[in-house]
Amino acid sequence: MNPAIIVFIYLAIVLYIGIFAFRKGKESGEDFFLANRSLGPYVFLLSLFGTNMTAFAILGSSGLAYRQGIGVLGLMASSSAMVIPLTIFFIGTRLWALGKKHGHMTQVQFLRDRWEAGGIGTFISVLTAAMLVPYIIIGVMGGGQTLEAISTVNGRTWVSYEFGGALVAVVVMSYVFFGGMRGTAWVNTFQTVLFLCFGTLAFILLAQSIGGFGSIMQQLASNPRTASLLARDRMSAEEFFSYMFIPLSAIMFPHISIMCLTAERISHFRKTVIWYPLCIIAIWAPSVYLGVVGAALFPGLGPGESDDIIIRLLTANVGPLLSGILGAGIMACVMASDSQILALSTIFSEDLFAYYGGKERFSDRMQVWAGRLFIVLIALVSYWVALKLKDRAGIFELAIRFAFSGFAALSPIMLAALFWKRSTKWGALAAALWVTGCMGLNWYLQTISDPIAPRPPAPAVRPVVAQRDGTPALARSEPVNGPGATSSRATGAQQNAPAGGARPIKPVQIFPQYGDLFLRGPVNVTVYGFLPVFPMVIGSAVLMIVVSLLTPPPGQATIDKYFPPRRDAQQTGV
Amino acid sequence: MKTFLLTVFVLVVLALHHDLWNWTNKSLVLGFIPVGLAYHIGYAFLASFTMAVLVRYAWPHDLERETMDLTAHHTDEDPRG
Repeated sequence: MNPAIIVFIYLAIVLYIGIFAFRKGKESGEDFFLANRSLGPYVFLLSLFGTNMTAFAILGSSGLAYRQGIGVLGLMASSSAMVIPLTIFFIGTRLWALGKKHGHMTQVQFLRDRWEAGGIGTFISVLTAAMLVPYIIIGVMGGGQTLEAISTVNGRTWVSYEFGGALVAVVVMSYVFFGGMRGTAWVNTFQTVLFLCFGTLAFILLAQSIGGFGSIMQQLASNPRTASLLARDRMSAEEFFSYMFIPLSAIMFPHISIMCLTAERISHFRKTVIWYPLCIIAIWAPSVYLGVVGAALFPGLGPGESDDIIIRLLTANVGPLLSGILGAGIMACVMASDSQILALSTIFSEDLFAYYGGKERFSDRMQVWAGRLFIVLIALVSYWVALKLKDRAGIFELAIRFAFSGFAALSPIMLAALFWKRSTKWGALAAALWVTGCMGLNWYLQTISDPIAPRPPAPAVRPVVAQRDGTPALARSEPVNGPGATSSRATGAQQNAPAGGARPIKPVQIFPQYGDLFLRGPVNVTVYGFLPVFPMVIGSAVLMIVVSLLTPPPGQATIDKYFPPRRDAQQTGV
Repeated sequence: MKTFLLTVFVLVVLALHHDLWNWTNKSLVLGFIPVGLAYHIGYAFLASFTMAVLVRYAWPHDLERETMDLTAHHTDEDPRG
């Protein structure tokens, strides 16, 4: 059986969910873009979590763990497990309440109203939309690549990249087009359940197949060249610290903040923030662990190859049925771009179309159709770009990495809007311009430093295919040595060490006259060793405060609208 | 006082993420889980506990009341609810 059949069944199910949601919906903007603010607690939790999960959670994390070791869990997952629920608790609940009270459907609608800032709101809207576009393109590319890879049996490819990409674009476009937020939330809920079930199933079956993980870990620990995978020898403390700022981006992603507006009641956030950390760790811990196990069973994978480590482990150790389920699980990750497409459509409809008079001229129903047409347009353009720039996916991956820092650095704007009466639109503009400038500078430094980037040593051994008989390949393979991949389909991947080395590769100075101000590692530019996100967030916060203090605040009526005296007297939060 | 204690608690939990003492520790828990991995799995449970504490002691009840009033008001206006 071709595993692609399971993927087709999966695609048919999500299409049906979208059409079913369409039959439940009404032709109003609030219903189409926000599911009428009516999601129940479990759908809200699972869809919010699913919206934030990408292919990186399973594939990229295991590939990175293959190269850097178990530290990836602390670097990316456990930091998110703490910071994302905190932001949902402090920012998400307030956005929800203000949206419910004043009818906002996007972040920018709130910011415009809060600061009497029309044009600045448009600037922030366009900036966030621009940072979201690469995700959608990568989603279509990933769909085509995944279907092509899964459908290749005995050297024959049954589904081409072009057809696979088109199929993914059409399916996502269709259920978002018909189902709007309700369809997207239901599909995301289904996908999250699939992630969780798939992860558990894959982990148990693999453990059974290879006779437990204990012996593999013991062998890794006893080999001085692989033992560092069991600790964080290959990471720098500055990088680990910097990563704590990246999850601040989550609440600033338009699709996440819009999703926060869909809960029926504020009490639904209670379960969400408590369970969110456990959902994250349920997905990431097995993926990271299997990445390290893969380093023992498939040593020496080169750049890019190690991102497929879970696929290699499964195809070598379990049957085609599970491979098909795996394919569906990967497709579920790849298709997380659905909520991003809907968010772009909402931004277009609400922040631009409605704000500049479309709603008054054309009615609520027409606004929904404008949003739907925009969804078709995004899907077509994304597919076209995915075809034209098939071999240049690295550009979009780089853009996504910068976007994480950019969204994180926008978070002081939202915090100021929600909690600081004295904040002004000029402070927000200064912070937004700072973020834009920093991303431009980062891109420039990345580009000019590519020729001097330190290169990890080439792999010393080629992949050794593990046996289905369960015999770990470690005993008969060379020690892991040196891939240190610099490419990843994943977002935010940091690979500063070769798989065989016990220390991070020493970065080089981009401008020797400025010392360690700008350093270039194998993948990233850093500022005194810290990822750019750290100075970006601090700079954004400082500008927000200083410029706000130097400029006049909004009118008293606006301040009273968002900080009513009654509420001030009753505030009990931290 | 409650706000101060909760702020300190959250800051301590955030600081606990940086387990420098496990940086090069390669020992295994239960014979198959690297200690650094086990620590961060445990940290996610601590994060969940922290959120439960915040939900219990720092929940924005004022927002809940306001929006419940709003829902009740809308229900009064709209016979369909």
